[in-house]
Amino acid sequence: MRMEDRNSLLERRETAQQALSAYRCRILVCAGTGCIASGSQVIAETMRKLCQDLPNVEVECCGHVPHIGIANTGCQGICELGPLVRIEPYHYQYVKVKPEDCAEIVEKTVCRGEPVERLFYESQNGKTCPKPEDIPFMAGQTRVVLEHCGNIDAVSLDEYIAVGGYDALSKALFDMTPDQVIQEVDRSGLRGRGGGGFPTGTKWKQVAAHTEAPVKYVVCNGDEGDPGAFMDGSVMEGDPYKLIEGLTIAGYAVGATEGYIYVRAEYPNSVSRLHYAIAQAEEAGLLGENILGSGVTFHLHVNRGAGAFVCGEGSALTASIEGNRGMPRTKPPRTVDHGLWEQPTVLNNVETYANVPNIVLRGADWFRTIGSDNSPGTKTFSITGSIANTGLIEVPMGTTLREIIYDIGGGIKGGGDFKAVQIGGPSGGCLTREHLDVGLDFDTVKKYDAIVGSGGLVVMDEHTCMVEVARFFMSFTQRESCGKCSPCRIGTKRMLEILERIVAGKGTLEDLDKLEEIAEFVRKNSLCGLGKSAPLPVISTLKRFRKEYEEHIVDHKCAAHVCEALKQYKVDPDKCIGCTKCARNCPVEAISGTVKQPHAIDPDKCIKCGTCLSGCPVGAIYVD
Amino acid sequence: MLEQSYFAKADELIARYGRQPSAIIPVLEDIQEAYRYIPRELLTYVADALGIKESKAYSIATFYKNFSFEPKGKYVIKVCDGTACHVRHSAPILAAMQKELGLSAQKHTTDDMLFTVETVSCLGACGLAPTLTVNDEVHPKMTPEKAVALLQELRGEAQ
Repeated sequence: MRMEDRNSLLERRETAQQALSAYRCRILVCAGTGCIASGSQVIAETMRKLCQDLPNVEVECCGHVPHIGIANTGCQGICELGPLVRIEPYHYQYVKVKPEDCAEIVEKTVCRGEPVERLFYESQNGKTCPKPEDIPFMAGQTRVVLEHCGNIDAVSLDEYIAVGGYDALSKALFDMTPDQVIQEVDRSGLRGRGGGGFPTGTKWKQVAAHTEAPVKYVVCNGDEGDPGAFMDGSVMEGDPYKLIEGLTIAGYAVGATEGYIYVRAEYPNSVSRLHYAIAQAEEAGLLGENILGSGVTFHLHVNRGAGAFVCGEGSALTASIEGNRGMPRTKPPRTVDHGLWEQPTVLNNVETYANVPNIVLRGADWFRTIGSDNSPGTKTFSITGSIANTGLIEVPMGTTLREIIYDIGGGIKGGGDFKAVQIGGPSGGCLTREHLDVGLDFDTVKKYDAIVGSGGLVVMDEHTCMVEVARFFMSFTQRESCGKCSPCRIGTKRMLEILERIVAGKGTLEDLDKLEEIAEFVRKNSLCGLGKSAPLPVISTLKRFRKEYEEHIVDHKCAAHVCEALKQYKVDPDKCIGCTKCARNCPVEAISGTVKQPHAIDPDKCIKCGTCLSGCPVGAIYVD
Repeated sequence: MLEQSYFAKADELIARYGRQPSAIIPVLEDIQEAYRYIPRELLTYVADALGIKESKAYSIATFYKNFSFEPKGKYVIKVCDGTACHVRHSAPILAAMQKELGLSAQKHTTDDMLFTVETVSCLGACGLAPTLTVNDEVHPKMTPEKAVALLQELRGEAQ
């Protein structure tokens, strides 16, 4: 039903809250991309069937009979322990739930309110954690952007309204002028969460100042291309209304009536939930013409990317929406002056917009109480790689790497040694043990040749070869370089060739100097942010792990045993029984030795096929 | 000559996204999704209908990775080689699948048109690395052995 004024929103909230509190029990099944992959939809279906069979109970109705709700929520955070299920009002958090566990959950928890203890999370020191906040991973977080993820049905507009959704928009529309909204955002010190950290308020002011423009646009960058980052995807699929509300407020503030969300094609869940949520908001009178009877109009469209990392760059993104090749252009003119279809355009990323409703509602002063002075607020990070608890987290800006990796992340997987963390994806750099106590915010991280970026943290331990990692990132940026400017197009290719030589054991020490030289050149002279930041992984690994590069070149050794070409197959003379099997099997006759005597492998002849290793009856062959 | 139904599909998509140059990407995306490739004749047809030069349409279709002029297999398998999957050893998974199907870095689709194997740079399910998708369905925590077993399962399903 369409709401025509502010009061109908309040009424709808009351009804929605009543409906929510009348549930005797709610089963919240995580429907983030991670948990769906672990089978959470089967769990939701099984629960629904089991609950439907209960006598005198209805599933999801607001009548007077006792009823039970089953909701698909946004990402609850700890993806590795999925599928995650939480039962309210008991607040029990179950992890790694299997379909065969459902009957017991319904019988004990849903019907009798008793816990199923074996499904609780057990922390590393053996402590059982019945509630989500007992889990160390959750306890260390401050959830602002992700406040609703995991707590409400991701696509239910009523549930979003029940928890205070659209309060901020109605406050902006009815109690504030567009200018006041911009002032509030400006005062909050909110900075672009896409990586650059540009002050959002400044951007909005510049677009609003274009009073002469016939039309202005609000564009949301949801092209989260950094491999290893999935925060924005989690917001789009887990709390789509919050993003839509933030965009609508931005439209009102700068005087834009059209908005676009550009989502990467690899996020099908985000695309479908955004489409659904936009339709719901339009039907309710919260989007489209004459929002809540205020006379304000704002239309929102969803554009899918088609697989080009460079489209995360502002001018490439708008070019792609216009139906062109997604290639960046020279700036100035900047997007705020000449953006989409040459018109003034506000372009921010998902997380930035998702911060806006809270800033408008709770005020700039509240926002500034979180985070550090120069970077107020929180930041979401996805922590992945060699870490005990992978997942999605949100912490105040300025939180140290140590807190994130050890307190929240639970330390290195398998108890190994922390080596480095890649921050900011292929456009970022690596931080090492000496940076563990550095607080992560925009300005601090930049000092160490890295960027906060969109917030992907990939943790690496001693089994990761830093040269291989640099090669991996370079192969990514080289592949994704759009080819428009030569420093990036040719520079990334040359750097990749050098790195490939080094991991193949064919590098020279001069290569390192050349690598440094090209890296600096590409960093200085590329056209867009992608090219300018492409050398960062090389620069930072060269600076912090030069010894590893040199080992590859001089000693032909890869200490992490990752680089295939540098692996050496050897025979342990104490174990070898001299059966001659390996010598007979070797396709290149690289193994010699006499019967009943330890054999030896000639490294010059060996092609590292591994035949000897897999065939040895006593396990005498090993890789060094 | 392409069947008439292809052109009807293109007309339907053009009607949905609007007869304007900016509709080119969404229209091509849906054609790619429907037929698992972009028939060249259809690209010419769409360009003409949207008022774009064929050369420009071609430049767009070749710029974005998700568009393909080669028909893809019934099961499109994307092995994630994002950072998180890479450090958890996704490369051997890709190698195992290519070996099982006789594919390589140059040859992506099996001759029987059943499988296409390619890589993708992050599916956003990094918590469950290494992952892969089969026609957009995510399979978590893969190993080379699990991947080969999955291929056999899909083969059985197709018969």
